[in-house]
Order: sequence, then structure tokens, then C-alpha cells
Amino acid sequence: MSLAFDANRWWPAPLLPRGDGRDWALLFVVAALSFLAGLAAVGALAGERAAAGWRSELIGSATIIVRAQGTDTADEEAARAAEVVSGTKGVAEARALDAAKADALIAPWIGANALPPDLPTPRLVAVDLDRKAPATGAELKRALSAAGIDADVDDHSRWTAQIMRAGAAIESTGAGLFLLILAVLGAVVAFATRQGLAARRDVVEALHLSGATDGYIARLFQARFARSAAQAGLAGAVLAVLAAVLLKLMSTGDDQFTALLPIAWRDLAAPAPFPILAALVAAVTARMTAMAVLAERP
Amino acid sequence: MRYGREAEVLKDISFELPRGSFHFLTGPSGSGKSTLLKLIYLSEQASRGRIEIFGQDLAALKRADRPLMRRRIGVVFQEFRLLEHLSVFDNAALAPRIAGRKPGAYRADVADLLAWVGLGDRMHAMPQALSGGEKQRLAIARAVINRPDILLADEPTGNVDEAMALRILRLFTELNRVGATVLIASHDTDLVIRSGMPVLNLDAGRLAQAPPFNPELAL
Repeated sequence: MSLAFDANRWWPAPLLPRGDGRDWALLFVVAALSFLAGLAAVGALAGERAAAGWRSELIGSATIIVRAQGTDTADEEAARAAEVVSGTKGVAEARALDAAKADALIAPWIGANALPPDLPTPRLVAVDLDRKAPATGAELKRALSAAGIDADVDDHSRWTAQIMRAGAAIESTGAGLFLLILAVLGAVVAFATRQGLAARRDVVEALHLSGATDGYIARLFQARFARSAAQAGLAGAVLAVLAAVLLKLMSTGDDQFTALLPIAWRDLAAPAPFPILAALVAAVTARMTAMAVLAERP
Repeated sequence: MRYGREAEVLKDISFELPRGSFHFLTGPSGSGKSTLLKLIYLSEQASRGRIEIFGQDLAALKRADRPLMRRRIGVVFQEFRLLEHLSVFDNAALAPRIAGRKPGAYRADVADLLAWVGLGDRMHAMPQALSGGEKQRLAIARAVINRPDILLADEPTGNVDEAMALRILRLFTELNRVGATVLIASHDTDLVIRSGMPVLNLDAGRLAQAPPFNPELAL
């Protein structure tokens, strides 16, 4: 190997020493934060989708509980109720559930074949509402009362409100987690920048005395930490995507899991912006920290 | 000048270095030589008094303007302060690089200067591989690459033998001939006397009588 030095081919080497032990610790922390942020984003999207699905199911339907009255049997009363609400504005379809189906619904609580056949159990009418302009529970109740039918209407509004609250909670928790992770990333980079400035005091001193401005020196740290954060963020995001794929594959065939966390393939893109965000946060934090530390020097 | 609540390191000092002059700064250890140099190269701020460089009062100098002034001052440190992760060439090229010049615009200057200080065949070496004398010459090259108006040196011959000390002194004299104002802090009384240059003698933080000039010992 020739040691000949050709000044004409010389190109400046990086002014900050290439990585040391502390940088590895920073890379690990940023990768872990990116992994958590990626999973939080995928989880928030899937959770929001689950809540939206449940909300859609509940908003689009209502249940009418019909009690037998006068000379009509419960089945006849239910059929009449279905007919009445079918003609109500905001209702797409209404169908009376037969006795077997009604019994099947209460079987989990009282057991199958536990009811005497002559016990007058209420009948149910399943109502599919017009999704664009659904009838309210009060409107259905009014229509039934006008037809002289004694029935209770459950438009699921109690559950809908709870599910909407749950959906909002999932969204805000996901966003909060994401912001918290970015804040932690900023704090870690600020700490690392202070450490870096202290550890490379000789470099900073030499640069200052050679006429470097605070901004010039801060830019070196800014670029170093932005690059590190982008690389570590990318590694963490890739791991988060792999973990999400694994969760999705594990949930295949498990209806309960899928209902709780319906991960879609497109959700896997959610961790993608994190490496860029991490680089931005690292750059801004490193610059601000370096400028503040350098301002303390003469 | 004082550090915190310590006793004053420098007091009641008043002098002027004319443009293009060459002075030695002498005095025993602890007399304040390094502190005086630090004040001139803007590494410390005077706790009282007034320092003017290039006609500008340093106390009134904005922080943003300090780097521009530093670019007009070259400093050679006793302990060299070379950047160990950079090659000889990169160390010497530091000042023009920081000043924002394109590499193509100063590559040849750096190569010529390193050849001039006798490091033409060590441009690729890392500082750890250099001898004390080579490090000293690299530190000098780094300090003068931007042709500073003021050249300061703190014990530049403290780590080298007599022959190298004389060589370095000739280097400073040559730089002074091309226009630099030179101030060298040195313990080396023999070298100071042989140079024949005027002396600022510090003693316990005050300027004292300068040693007599001996023309027979002049370079």
C-alpha cells in the first residue's frame, strides 16, 4: 500500500471524531423509542378502526323489545311492530326475530330449555337504520306508541357514546404517547449533546480559536445527532413494522383478537415518518443545546 | 484580570504592540504570560481595564464579531492542541475550512505551507505519529495558514531541542517580515536574548523592566 499523499485529491475529514461508546448508547435509546412510537402508532390506528367499526354497527341498528299485550300473541305483536317501524322515516329494514332466536339470545344467562314454553317472553325486532339519516330511538318509540304497541326501543346510544369515548381515548392516548416519546427523544439528545460538547472540549476549543462561530460548531453536532437519530429511528421503525406484521399474522383466524386490534396492512406505514421526525427533533434539540452551552463560553 | 475570587493575575498593565512588531513576553511561571495571551486571543475576558485590538474595544465587541476577529489572530500553544482525529493536512487546513473557503481554493496553499515548515512528507500522518518538533511545526502551520495579522505563541520552543528552537524562531521571524505582528511568550532566556527582539517582562502580574538587548547574540 502506498503512503503517498496527493494534496490535489484531498477532501476534508469530518471535524467531529467518528462515533464513540456514548453514541452507541444513544443509538440504542433512539431505536427503542422509535420502536415504541411505531407500535403506538400502529396500535392507535388499529384501536381507532375497531372503535369506528363498533360505532358503525351500533349507530346503524336498533332493537325493539315487544311485550305481549291484549289478545295478540308476542309473535304477532312483534310482526306488527316490525311493520310499523318499517314505514318510519330513517329505517331501512325491520324484522321480527322468532321465539327461537329470542330464546337463544337469553340462553347464555338462564340456560337453554330452562324456560317453560308457556312463559310470555318478550320478542325482539331487529331494526336496520338508514345510515345517512337514521331514525332516533324517540322517533321509533313515538311510532310504536301511535300504533298502540307497548315496546321499549334500544337505539344503542348508551353504548355508542361509550365507544366514541373509548375511540377518542385511544386516539388521544396514542397521540400523547407519540408526543411523550418525541419529548424523551429530545431530552436524550440534549443530554448527549451536552456530553458530546464536554467530551470534545478540545475540538470545540480548537474550532473556536480557529474562528468558528457558535452556529458553525452547533451545526456539526446538529448534523451528527440528526444522522444518528435518523439511522437509529429507521432501525426502530423497521423492528416496529416487523412486530406489527407478527401481531397481524398471529391474529389471523382469531376473531376476538382481530375485533380488538384489527391491524390493516396500510397501518404498517405508520412508523415510517418516525425516522424523519426523530432526525428533526434531534437536529433542533442538538442545535439549541449546543448554542446554549457555547453561549456560556467567552 | 482575575479568575473568580482569586487574586488578580494581571494588574496595571499598559502597552501597545505596533503593527508588524515582534516582541517576546517573558517572566517566571505564574507571572501571567498565558493569561495575557488568552486575553489577546479572546479566550478570556478582562475583569477590568480596556483592551483594544485592531482599534476595537474587546469589551464592546459583539459575540457574533468575535470569530471574525479570531480569524485575524493565529495562536500556537505550548501543548499544540492539535486535533488527534485529523491528519496533518486536515489540521493545517482547519482555519480556511472554517472561514468557508472551498477545499479547491486552499489545498495548494496548505500543501505549500506544510512543505515550508518541513512536513511535506508527513501530510497524511496523524498527529500521534509526529515527533514533538513536528507537532510544533504543524501547530505553527495551522496558526499561520490564514496569514493572520497577529501571531501569538505560548512557549513554542518548550518541547524542542535548541536546533529546532532556532529553526522555529527563524520561522516566526520570516512571518514577521511578511507583515505579522508577533508576540511570543517564552521561558527560554537564551533564545530571547539571541533573537535581539524587544521584550515585555511580566513579574507577579505586572510589567517589569525588560532585559537588556545584546547585539552580539542577535540572530
